[in-house]
Amino acid sequence: MPSKDIDKFHGVWVYMERAHTGELVTVGKELLGKGRDLADTLGVELASVAMGADVSDEVAHECFAFGADKVYAVEHPLLAGYTTRPYTKAFVEVIEEYKPEVLLMGATAMGRDLAGSVATVYYTGLTADCTELVIDDETKMLHQIRPAFGGNIMAKIYTEHFRPQMATVRPKVMVPLDRDDSRKGEVVRVKPDIGEADLIAKLVEFVPSEESVNIAEADIICAGGRGVGGPEGFALMHELADALGGAVGASRAAIDAGWIEYAHQVGQTGRTVRPVLYIACGISGAIQHLAGMGTSEVIVAINKDPEAPIFKIATYGIVGDLFDVVPKLIDAIKNKRGDA
Amino acid sequence: MRVIACIKQVPDTQEIKMDPERGTLIRKGVPAIINPFDLHAIEEGLRLVEEFDGEVVVLSMGPPMAEDAVREAISMGCHDGVLLTDRKFAGADTWATSYTIAKGVEKIGEFDIIIAGKQATDGDTGQVGPGIAAHLGIPVITYVVKIDEIDLATRKVKVRRLVEAGEEVVETTLPCLITVVKGINIPRFPSLIGKRKAKKAEITTWGYEDVGCEPEKIGLGGSPTRVAKIFTPEPRGEGEMIPGDPDAAVAVLIEKLAEDGVV
Repeated sequence: MPSKDIDKFHGVWVYMERAHTGELVTVGKELLGKGRDLADTLGVELASVAMGADVSDEVAHECFAFGADKVYAVEHPLLAGYTTRPYTKAFVEVIEEYKPEVLLMGATAMGRDLAGSVATVYYTGLTADCTELVIDDETKMLHQIRPAFGGNIMAKIYTEHFRPQMATVRPKVMVPLDRDDSRKGEVVRVKPDIGEADLIAKLVEFVPSEESVNIAEADIICAGGRGVGGPEGFALMHELADALGGAVGASRAAIDAGWIEYAHQVGQTGRTVRPVLYIACGISGAIQHLAGMGTSEVIVAINKDPEAPIFKIATYGIVGDLFDVVPKLIDAIKNKRGDA
Repeated sequence: MRVIACIKQVPDTQEIKMDPERGTLIRKGVPAIINPFDLHAIEEGLRLVEEFDGEVVVLSMGPPMAEDAVREAISMGCHDGVLLTDRKFAGADTWATSYTIAKGVEKIGEFDIIIAGKQATDGDTGQVGPGIAAHLGIPVITYVVKIDEIDLATRKVKVRRLVEAGEEVVETTLPCLITVVKGINIPRFPSLIGKRKAKKAEITTWGYEDVGCEPEKIGLGGSPTRVAKIFTPEPRGEGEMIPGDPDAAVAVLIEKLAEDGVV
């Protein structure tokens, strides 16, 4: 049976994804928090892997400040923009050389793409969207808890004979450590063996979304469903989101009706979100929608129908016409913010 | 143009049953459908061959009953169907699955583009698409929301990829693999003629030897991950209904949200 010499693999790694602007994405910092915990439990080092045309000392310093002991700075001009092949090849090279036992990555568009490729090429186990990661007391293996079937079941998964044990985690699931700028560490610079021949796809352009906040990372989401009634209704959702400094989400019904673009869809066929506050307006709460937002910290539901399933999972529910309730809510928030 | 549309049959139910001992799904007695994202893959493939001529071959892996999903794809307009099915495939994780499907693709032979849904609604991993491409050594672009251009003469492809903060415009060359999000198109319904055709269609079924899989790399044995346990998540605590007219209810709500520290 295929396997790896697992005793040769040591240490916990966190892949530090960088945004198009070059700064670290939040999920990377969150994973350093979890990685620190895992590394301490195992009594091993926590390293961060950052890739790009260049990895500045500032980037490395950020990684240290959020918990890393070491940073592998993987630099090459061909890593300027993310494409799968050169990143995968460079990553596999670093894994082969330094052999981590655990490798965590953000479950972002980039992280999932890269993790799926790296795990395939290197031949190891990868578990997507973990919500909990723990080191098993006895085996010292990484136990990965993840939802499946839209959150209807949870599975505990592990990788027995292969290393690294790879997992992706969605944004806002783990908690970053408090930033500590006094923390220092070691930077290991790596120049991977990649060339023009690996540049089989090219990032031509990045078109930022017009929304200032994206729903995957928003702390507050105001979502509208069928009850919003039309595109005009979403103007009200935007107003509520603006008052709260949040982003606008939508149920599948609203997307399918063409009232708002797909990028706003929350749910099984849209995005999974986990904000601090989720306000569901005129959303009945089909199981597919709940799968995408059911782990939000506080859920507020506003719906005309007292029987709507959304009330079953809501922290607070108001039965009423959203066109009566939401404007009052906006005023109340503005007043409150004005007082503060 | 030759398109391979990769699809998965998934259970269509809210009541998911698992085998608690083996940690695998019990598929018996549960209505099965084509993974919703894969319908968009099929649709995009059909649109491409309508524009460029050619055919869409639908490829799936699963138990024998997954043939229904392949037939449904043919009823939508796909020209040919292949099902990878073998008892030895059972228990495959995303590594072994993508390996097996890649072998199936190699056996199918020439193709220009492979299209798959961004993920399946049962496993929700999104790992098999990039996995297939990695096994085949072809370019992969995930989360495609629009194909901007395909030029068969120069073999260039330009697509838009939906990422967290916007869209990436990415260029690559054929043959490649893309995974698509729901926003890319609206899948068509099967036509009557399509349904008739699907009923009579010969579905090719291949086992592991037919596609030349190394036996130690398939099924549970070839899978790096193991399922230790399946359990039901803790239910969310009972919520609180706030009574009263809108003014009163909003006032109470704001107070509670402030207490929770969220506004």
